[in-house]
Amino acid sequence: MNLSRKWLNEFVEIDANDKDFAEAMTLSGSKVELTHDLGEEIKNVVVGKVLSQVRHENSDHMWICQVDVGRGEPLQIVTGAQNVKVGDLVPVALDGSLLPGGKEIRAGKLRGELSNGMLCSFQELGLDQRDFPSAYPDGIWILSDDPELTGLTIGEDIRTAVGLDDHVVEFEITPNRPDCLSVIGLAREVSSTYDVPLKLHQPVVKGGGDGVLPELLDVETPNPELCPRYTARMVRNVKIGPSPKWMRERLRAMGVRPINNIVDITNYVMLEYGQPMHAFDYRYVNGGKIIVRRASEGEKLTTLDGKEHTLTANHLVIADEGRAVGLAGIMGGLNSEIVEDTADVVFESACFDGTCIRKGALALGMRTEASAKFEKGLDPMNTLPAVDRACELVELLGAGQVVDGVIDILNYVPQPTVLKLEPEKINALLGTDVPMAEMTAILKKLDFAVEGDQVTVPSWRGDVKEMADLAEEVARFYGYNNIPTTLMRGQTTLGGYSPEQRLEQRLGSTCRACGYDEIITYSFISPTWYDKIGWPEKDFHRKSFKILNPLGEDTSIMRTTTLPSMLDILARNYNYRNKDVRLYELGRVYLPGREDGLANEAKELTLGAYGEGFDFYDLKGVVEAILKDIRAEDVHFEGSLGAPGDASYHPGRFATVWSGTNQVGVLGQIHPNVAKAFGVDGELYCAELSFDELMNARGAGAEYVPLPKFPSVTRDIAVVCDEAITVGALEQAIRRGARGLLKEVALFDIYRGKGIDEGKKSVAFNLVLRSDDRSLTSEEADEDVKSILAALEQDCGAKLR
Amino acid sequence: MKEQLAKIKTEALAAFEAVASPAALDELRVKYLGKKGELTAVLKQMGRLSAEERPAMGALANEVRSSLEGAIEEAAKKLEGAAMEARLKAETIDVTVPGNTPKQGHKHPMYIALDEIKDVFVGMGFTVLDGPEIELGELNFDRLNAEPGHPSRDWSDTFYFDTDERVMLRSQTSPMQVRAMDTMPLPIRIIAPGRVYRKDEVDATHSPMFHQVEGMVIDKHVTMADLKGTLNLLAEELFGKGTVTRFRPHHFPFTEPSCEMDVQCHKCGGVGCPTCKGEGWIELLGAGMIHPNVLRMAGIDPEEWSGWAFGMGLERTAMRRFKIADLRLIFENDVRFLEQF
Repeated sequence: MNLSRKWLNEFVEIDANDKDFAEAMTLSGSKVELTHDLGEEIKNVVVGKVLSQVRHENSDHMWICQVDVGRGEPLQIVTGAQNVKVGDLVPVALDGSLLPGGKEIRAGKLRGELSNGMLCSFQELGLDQRDFPSAYPDGIWILSDDPELTGLTIGEDIRTAVGLDDHVVEFEITPNRPDCLSVIGLAREVSSTYDVPLKLHQPVVKGGGDGVLPELLDVETPNPELCPRYTARMVRNVKIGPSPKWMRERLRAMGVRPINNIVDITNYVMLEYGQPMHAFDYRYVNGGKIIVRRASEGEKLTTLDGKEHTLTANHLVIADEGRAVGLAGIMGGLNSEIVEDTADVVFESACFDGTCIRKGALALGMRTEASAKFEKGLDPMNTLPAVDRACELVELLGAGQVVDGVIDILNYVPQPTVLKLEPEKINALLGTDVPMAEMTAILKKLDFAVEGDQVTVPSWRGDVKEMADLAEEVARFYGYNNIPTTLMRGQTTLGGYSPEQRLEQRLGSTCRACGYDEIITYSFISPTWYDKIGWPEKDFHRKSFKILNPLGEDTSIMRTTTLPSMLDILARNYNYRNKDVRLYELGRVYLPGREDGLANEAKELTLGAYGEGFDFYDLKGVVEAILKDIRAEDVHFEGSLGAPGDASYHPGRFATVWSGTNQVGVLGQIHPNVAKAFGVDGELYCAELSFDELMNARGAGAEYVPLPKFPSVTRDIAVVCDEAITVGALEQAIRRGARGLLKEVALFDIYRGKGIDEGKKSVAFNLVLRSDDRSLTSEEADEDVKSILAALEQDCGAKLR
Repeated sequence: MKEQLAKIKTEALAAFEAVASPAALDELRVKYLGKKGELTAVLKQMGRLSAEERPAMGALANEVRSSLEGAIEEAAKKLEGAAMEARLKAETIDVTVPGNTPKQGHKHPMYIALDEIKDVFVGMGFTVLDGPEIELGELNFDRLNAEPGHPSRDWSDTFYFDTDERVMLRSQTSPMQVRAMDTMPLPIRIIAPGRVYRKDEVDATHSPMFHQVEGMVIDKHVTMADLKGTLNLLAEELFGKGTVTRFRPHHFPFTEPSCEMDVQCHKCGGVGCPTCKGEGWIELLGAGMIHPNVLRMAGIDPEEWSGWAFGMGLERTAMRRFKIADLRLIFENDVRFLEQF
């Protein structure tokens, strides 16, 4: 909402500068976005009088003028314009002046003749033909030719001379305060903020136009719930023409383009009263009858902007007996537009149902200034003063004759809100000690009627419904920053983190300790990503929450896997040529199937990595570290169980991760085709671990185990076995063969090649044997190793090398 | 004899003093103290002395011996020290060669900022809650007192999963207020960080997915002064002691009175600069006293209980905290960005 400070001053006189004004209003609740000095780009431009004019000797089109600018000797100024004559008053940009767009004017020579400045056109002053309809469009602006520019003095600053001396303040008005979408509404806030009286004006209409209103016009509201109030007046013998300069200036300051006197009046009243107005040409209201009704299905209407709309029964229209002539509360119809030869005008000042207008405007994709006001819920008490103000302005402008009387259909019973003023409750809520008298004074300034402890809320303050609302009014003008700052008292609460949150923190620190950086990715993905990660077409895991109104296909479904998000980020880093990338994300997936229609938002810990020499075992080591950190028990790794999602991985470099009988997740090298689909031609590695399963896998807390009292014996063994035998199987055999003394088994070498037959491999382990109650003898250790070797041979066909 | 001893002593001490290697020292030791050494040779003459002369001469001889032994020890120490010094010198390395840094992972800057916020509130007895992002429209709007026509419900602003607007992506963390009221015993002190979604195209300051932290207190005798006190504390924790704040009236459907808190621009101290867009203040969060309707809908009597709540955007806080100019960096996850924090 823009506010002209000149217009504001008509209601409440404030001379604070823009910065102070903005701050004061912001702190009392009307937030100022910015302030704007309309003439701020113009400096050192004055009204000058052309005293003489002679041809430039070295030019066939230039003139040398002597111009009186009210400062001693006349100035010599050269101009190329042809419309200047002696005696004209013109805008003169002096030496060192500034024009809009940062243009600087300096004295200089033009073809040998000194020019001490420049004569200006209105365009050079940043103006538009609509601002000064009578100005000559193609040359210097002859101020003395404009009958509206009276009382000009030579040497006067051009900004005050032509009305560019206004300041505009742009407010952010919150949706609960539609009353502040008007000059008067804001003036009331200003008056309370500065404690300066608000001067309201009661419109006075002389009337006397031809005819009797009820005979000329009849209004019906067959859907009273959608039209709480409909007020209308008529003007006859209208003379359409431009509106006067003062009105155009104000409209322009508020960001509204002047059109003609009648249309400008409707806009002026809307800005001043916050009441949207519509004017239509009476001759196109067939039968002199206005019906405010729901549109019929498929009914067509072309609005003032020239667009044709097909309507539904959800739209409210203003119609005559035969057809719609306007979209109620949104925009008028082209068929009843005010034109050059309009003679009789109907002014409509109505209150429509906010929800109906909002939905109608939304469905047509045409939110207008009027609809934006209606949808917030307007004050039905405002329609009458607004229509009277419009008629008063018609008479003031001599734009027509107002017919006596008003059509005023009231479909609601006005019921003012009355609240009890309870200062102790307000103070208890705010933590203040504001006396009742001060509260009363604040409310009265805002036009609340206060009698004793009874507060009557004004009709335009539909947002004030109970004590807390009154508390806010008190707080706003008492000053939010005058409320003390205290710390909470009351019962102590035991805050802190849940076990889940602690596990999250723990997983994050392990990942970082292993060199992995944390990432954050979008929860929504493109459905094509399921194809990219190689999921089978019919896989039920593809069933996702689908956003009905997404920003785009790319962000249209809620992911059921975090894998593609990780691959996307790996690929991006890969394309940026970042080396040795290690990433992790603790993020959610969104699985459908819950009874309440919401998602099972399971968390996943996803790891992703690539880099020179990075292989499966590097990633597996991190997964092992994570599981070890949470003291997971019975951790083991197996091959694929044939889950559809495994298709994202290299079939020969993939493992499922287990703790006991629970699958915690998967890890492996990404299938080269999948990597390629993400634009990566190198090896990518990922692990996906279920947070819930990690939660389950957490082992018991640490408990001290006494340090060994007796020395251990170590033995290295190397066995030769078939290539197909896994290290896991060998380890299992070792453990089976051990006879209670084996404490640790550690793989230390796998060898293929010279000395080992084709299709075989040599695997070497380091064994640690120890007894808890005696020093082992070499013989005892050898006995155990013998038994282990026997088990290796029996279970795996592995022979001592 | 006396002269002989004195001469040996003088010569030997000078020789030990000048010795250059352990081998040479050993030779000298043999030369003076060995079985056939010079001192031994002199001592062998002791027999020839008279009984009166013998004790004095004996004492003198012993004194010479022990002083030679002491000198040898000292010389040996000196040689050892020199050897060590030489060895260490030979082992000198170039300390400007870069260290072998183990690769360390980095927490995402946004979560660094979030953890700071969590710590402040956990320290004040707040519980940290997690909640669903796919949320009921009822909790995101109705239970938060947002009227049916409220602009935030527009399909141009909020993502929906059904035409009835029953299930949606939460547009704020505020439904966590309702979830807390519905499930927790009074009094309540919670914060609830998480992802929220709004239909904004991606640019330097907007993202369709971003993060908020919600905070809420419900207790007897909770006041707006408490709200101000607590949020001032938060501002000081985040931006340093003495951070200046101001509170402006604002409007949210679920708080009354409502406010926004600004922090005085750290860069210009409130005068106005590009960082604060000339305003001198930077908006930090929205807050207010919980609207009595919201309490009533949760079955809490507003006559008995009151509360306050706030919601703040995390991205903006992290961006301010780390001077990150473009929001897109947060979700781009370029390691050259991540590894700066």
